[in-house]
Amino acid sequence: MGVALALIFFVAEVDADQGISQKIFYFHVPLALTSYACFGVGAWKGLRLLWKGAERYDLESYTAIHQGTIFGALTLVTGSIWAKASWGRWWVWSEDQLVLFLVLFLFYCAYFMLRFSIEPGPRRERISAVYALFGAALIPVSFLAIRLSRRFIHPVVFTRHGPQLTHAQFAAFCVSWAAMLLLFYVMYRIELIGKRIDGELRDLREAVPA
Amino acid sequence: MSAYAADVAALARKDLRLELRAREVVPAMSVFVVATLVVFHFALPRNSGRDAAYGLLWVTLVFTALLGLGRSWVPEREGRVLDGLLLAPCDRSAIWLGKSLATFAFLAVAQLVALPAFALFFAPLRGQAIAGVVLADVGICAVGTLVSAMAAAGRTRDLVLPLVFLPLAIPLIVGGIGSSIATRAGSYLLFLVLYDVLFSILSWASFEYVVTE
Amino acid sequence: MIKAADIEKRYGRAWALRRISFELGPNGFLLVTGANGSGKTTLLRLLVGLASPTRGSLSVAAEREQVGYLGHEPLVYRDLTALENLELYGRLYRVSERRERIGMLLERFGLWEARNQRVAAYSRGMTQRLALCRALLHDPSFVVLDEPFTALDTAGAELLDRELATLAATATVVVSTHDPARVAPLATARLALA
Repeated sequence: MGVALALIFFVAEVDADQGISQKIFYFHVPLALTSYACFGVGAWKGLRLLWKGAERYDLESYTAIHQGTIFGALTLVTGSIWAKASWGRWWVWSEDQLVLFLVLFLFYCAYFMLRFSIEPGPRRERISAVYALFGAALIPVSFLAIRLSRRFIHPVVFTRHGPQLTHAQFAAFCVSWAAMLLLFYVMYRIELIGKRIDGELRDLREAVPA
Repeated sequence: MSAYAADVAALARKDLRLELRAREVVPAMSVFVVATLVVFHFALPRNSGRDAAYGLLWVTLVFTALLGLGRSWVPEREGRVLDGLLLAPCDRSAIWLGKSLATFAFLAVAQLVALPAFALFFAPLRGQAIAGVVLADVGICAVGTLVSAMAAAGRTRDLVLPLVFLPLAIPLIVGGIGSSIATRAGSYLLFLVLYDVLFSILSWASFEYVVTE
Repeated sequence: MIKAADIEKRYGRAWALRRISFELGPNGFLLVTGANGSGKTTLLRLLVGLASPTRGSLSVAAEREQVGYLGHEPLVYRDLTALENLELYGRLYRVSERRERIGMLLERFGLWEARNQRVAAYSRGMTQRLALCRALLHDPSFVVLDEPFTALDTAGAELLDRELATLAATATVVVSTHDPARVAPLATARLALA
C-alpha cells in the first residue's frame, strides 16, 4: 500500500507545473478505468458464484463492487472538479463518460439497497451475482445509449479527454493508472480480509458457549 | 420444445385469468397514465417544443410500467405458490417467460389508452414512434419481470423496485425518444432490438438463479 | 432412496438445520419429529429440492415430476378456483387423463361441490385438503408432507389417515408431525430432530 501511495504522489509531482485541469485528468481517467475493472471483477466473481456455488465468491463479488462504487464516486467528484476547471460549471452533460458514471453509480447504489433488503443466505448471494452480471452488460449498452442520445439532447460539442500526450505525460498517465489499480487491489484484499476475520470472529463467538 | 411452449402458455394464461378476474392492475395503469399526462400538461412550460412532450411520454410509460411490475409477483407470494411452481417439472425460465408475456399484454392494453390520449393532448405519433414503444415494451417486460422477482425477495420490495429498474430502463428511454423524434429512427430502433435481445437472453438465463436457493 | 450425510443448512449466520445424517430405502415411511424451530420444515424443503444444503451431501433418487410436497403453505392461487388451480398443476406435471384425475381427487377429499369457488373463500381445512390434492395430483412416488394434519377437522383427518395408509404401500413417504402417535403404526423409520 505504501508503494501505491508513493507512486500516486510521484505522479502528482511530475505534472505539478501544469494546470489544475491537466492534473485532475491524471486522477480522473485512471479512477474511471479502475472502476470499470472493479465492476468487471465483481461480475466475474458473480459468474463464478453461479457456476461453482462456493460462498467465498459472494464476498469477493460484493467487495469488488463496493470498491468499484467508491472509485466511481471519486470519478464523479474528480470529473466534477475537472468540469468546473474546464467549463466553469460543476456538472456538464456533454461528457459521455461522466454521464455513464452517473448512471452506473445509480445502478450500483441500487445494488446495495437490494442486497441489504434481502436476508443473508444463498438467495441473496445469487441475486447479487445476477445483478452484478447485469451491471457488466449495462456498461456498454448505457454507453451506446448515451452516445445515441447526443443527437437530440445536446448540440454536438466535441470535447477531448485532454490534449495530446507527450511521451513523458503518457508515461505519467500509465504510472498513475497502474498505481490506481494497485490501490484497488490492496484495498480489495484488505476489505476482504477484514470481512473474513469478522465472519470468523462471529463463528467463534457462536461456538463458545455463553 | 412444444412442452416448453405449453408450459409457458399455461402460465401466461393463468396470469391473464387472474387479472381478468381481479381487474386491478390494468385499470389502475390506464388511469394512472392519463392522469400523469394531464399532470405533465400543467408541468410543461408554455413554449416547450414538441420534443419535450415526447420525452414526457416516455417518462409516463416507464413509470406506468413500474406500477404494473410492482404487482407482478404478488399472486405468487400469497400462499408461497412460487414454491409450487418451482417444484413442478417445468423449466424455471418458463415461469419468467409466461409472466413476461402476460405483463406485456397488460402494458399493451394500458398503452392502447395512453397513446391515443397522448396524440390527443400533445402531438401525433408516427409509425416509428409506435414501433419504438412496442420494442421498448419487450425490454421493459423482460427485464422488469426479472428485477421485480429480485426485489420481491427482500423486505422493502416496493421501495427497491424503482431504484433497481430505472437505471436499466434508461437505454430504453433513449431508444424510445430517439425513435419518436428523429427523422431517421433506424439506429434507435436497432438499438432497442439490441437491448431487447441482450437483456431478454440474460433474464431468461438467470431467472432460475434468482428464484432458487 | 434418500442418503443424507452430515447435511446442514444455514442462512447467513442463522442455523436452520444442524448437522444430521440418515438413510431411507425405497418404499420406506419416515416419521420426523421435533420441537418448533428444530428444522423439520427445513429438512423437508431440502428433501424436495426447494433448498440446497449448505454443507454435506444429500442424494434423493426422485425426479421433480415424481415428488409430491405439502408444505406449511398450500401453494395454491387464492384468486383461482380449486379446479383452475389443479388444472394448472395438472398441465405443468403433464398428468395423463387430467380431468378424470382431478375430479377423482376432489371427490375423494370432499371438495367436489366447492370446485368452482375461489380458494380465497375456502376455510383453512378446505384449503389444506386442496393442498393435499395438489400434492398427490400427479401420483408421486416420493411424498413429503409437512405437518399435514394441521387445520383438518375429524373427517379430513380420517381421509388423510386412509390416504397415508395407501401411500405407505405404494410410495416412499416422509411425514413431519406434532402428533406422532397417529402416524407411528405406518412408519418404518423415525427421525427426531433436536
